[in-house]
Amino acid sequence: MDIKLSEQQKTDQASFREFVGNEVIPNANRYDREARLPDDIIAKMASRGYLGAVLPEEYGGRGMDFLTYGLLNEELGRGCASVRGFMMMQNMVALTLLKWGSQEQKERWLGKIASGETIAAFALTEPEFGSDAMHIETTFEEADDSAFIVKGHKKWITLGQIADLFLVFGKRRGKLSAVLVEKGSPGFTQTPMEGVLGVRASMLAELHFDNCSVPQDNIVGKVGFGFVPVGITALNLGRYSIAWGCVGIGQACLDACVNHVSTRKQFGDLLKNHQLIQAMIADMTVNLKAGRLLCYQAGQMQEEGDQNAIMEIMVAKYFTSKMAFNIANDAVQIHGAIGCSSDHPVQRHLRDAKIMEIIEGTSQIHQIKIADYAYREYAD
Amino acid sequence: MNNSKEKIQTFLSRYIRNQEVKDDTDIFGGGLVNSLFAMQLITFLEKEFSITIENEDLKLDNFRTINAMVKLIGSKV
Repeated sequence: MDIKLSEQQKTDQASFREFVGNEVIPNANRYDREARLPDDIIAKMASRGYLGAVLPEEYGGRGMDFLTYGLLNEELGRGCASVRGFMMMQNMVALTLLKWGSQEQKERWLGKIASGETIAAFALTEPEFGSDAMHIETTFEEADDSAFIVKGHKKWITLGQIADLFLVFGKRRGKLSAVLVEKGSPGFTQTPMEGVLGVRASMLAELHFDNCSVPQDNIVGKVGFGFVPVGITALNLGRYSIAWGCVGIGQACLDACVNHVSTRKQFGDLLKNHQLIQAMIADMTVNLKAGRLLCYQAGQMQEEGDQNAIMEIMVAKYFTSKMAFNIANDAVQIHGAIGCSSDHPVQRHLRDAKIMEIIEGTSQIHQIKIADYAYREYAD
Repeated sequence: MNNSKEKIQTFLSRYIRNQEVKDDTDIFGGGLVNSLFAMQLITFLEKEFSITIENEDLKLDNFRTINAMVKLIGSKV
């Protein structure tokens, strides 16, 4: 597998890195403390085309290939998981509409999502159903020839506090389906959630649909095709984004550790010269390199339309989310009390990394699917 | 057409083991496959036959059997 970046990809990577260094890292701890992303960082991402990164130019997007999009996620993830998550969510909904939306839906929404005029969100999880998505209880009842009545309750919805457009999953006559619900629709309310462990600036909300009427034209894909292919298209991109974002978390923690152990002395010697520190730095380095390679491979397969890309993305997400948590955990350990301070990013990275093992499919769901994949791929 | 059937058959044989999949076997009706398979099937058809599966193609009857998939491919090339 050739994983050399093109000159354009290297240029883009440098540009992403500069943006994150100048605009994200200096503010990330504040975003975390305030549990909110300010409008200016959203506008700056929009102006650089990040919110429509995977959309073609005809819809106001930047037309990034999957590897370049991965590099963007690594860099944003290195700075702030909440900022990366915002960007990811816009691209998840946008790509899903691009692939499975009606022409009218594409023309109405894609340009607005790419420009940041419309903030999009993905609403699948419910209070009683997370991993067990097939049993969600939200329903779409047919009111007349032109409208659905949405009834249900969603929870833990990223950007739910501020989003203008929601890709909502529910059942129509028992079949999983997806519809677009706009903010302000009659019977629809957004209730902010506070006090989460990590990715605190995700502006989570609960969504209540109390006989909420939406036009039948808002169905995305077809009735009965809500999870496959509509939901899976979004989740696949989400997992890919998270996998790369975890590489970014790992890199941020390793960078911080290398800097810290190279300047701090204990017992009359720099920490970097203590063998137990070297063991942790070595493991961080090896696992980070392995995780990045998995992401490169998955990205290349996705770009080529390989049928196994969806599984390799799950492999990458499973590995890198565990990797990021372990690296961040060691990073806090190496920094000691300093790393426990809210002024230091490694404690934020640790809390954020834990969330990565849960969202867009828990590690345990990934293990089940990866085992199935192994039984198929390695069977005689 | 036969070439298309063979390619689809080969693809399906990696997912559905210990059971013969005939040209008219209902692969979704018998609980033979899961949701990730369905997504991989779409990806396979798009790449292998250089077609694009679109919103209007989302009917289970288009993917239920090898014969149905060959017909869908034929309608797009």
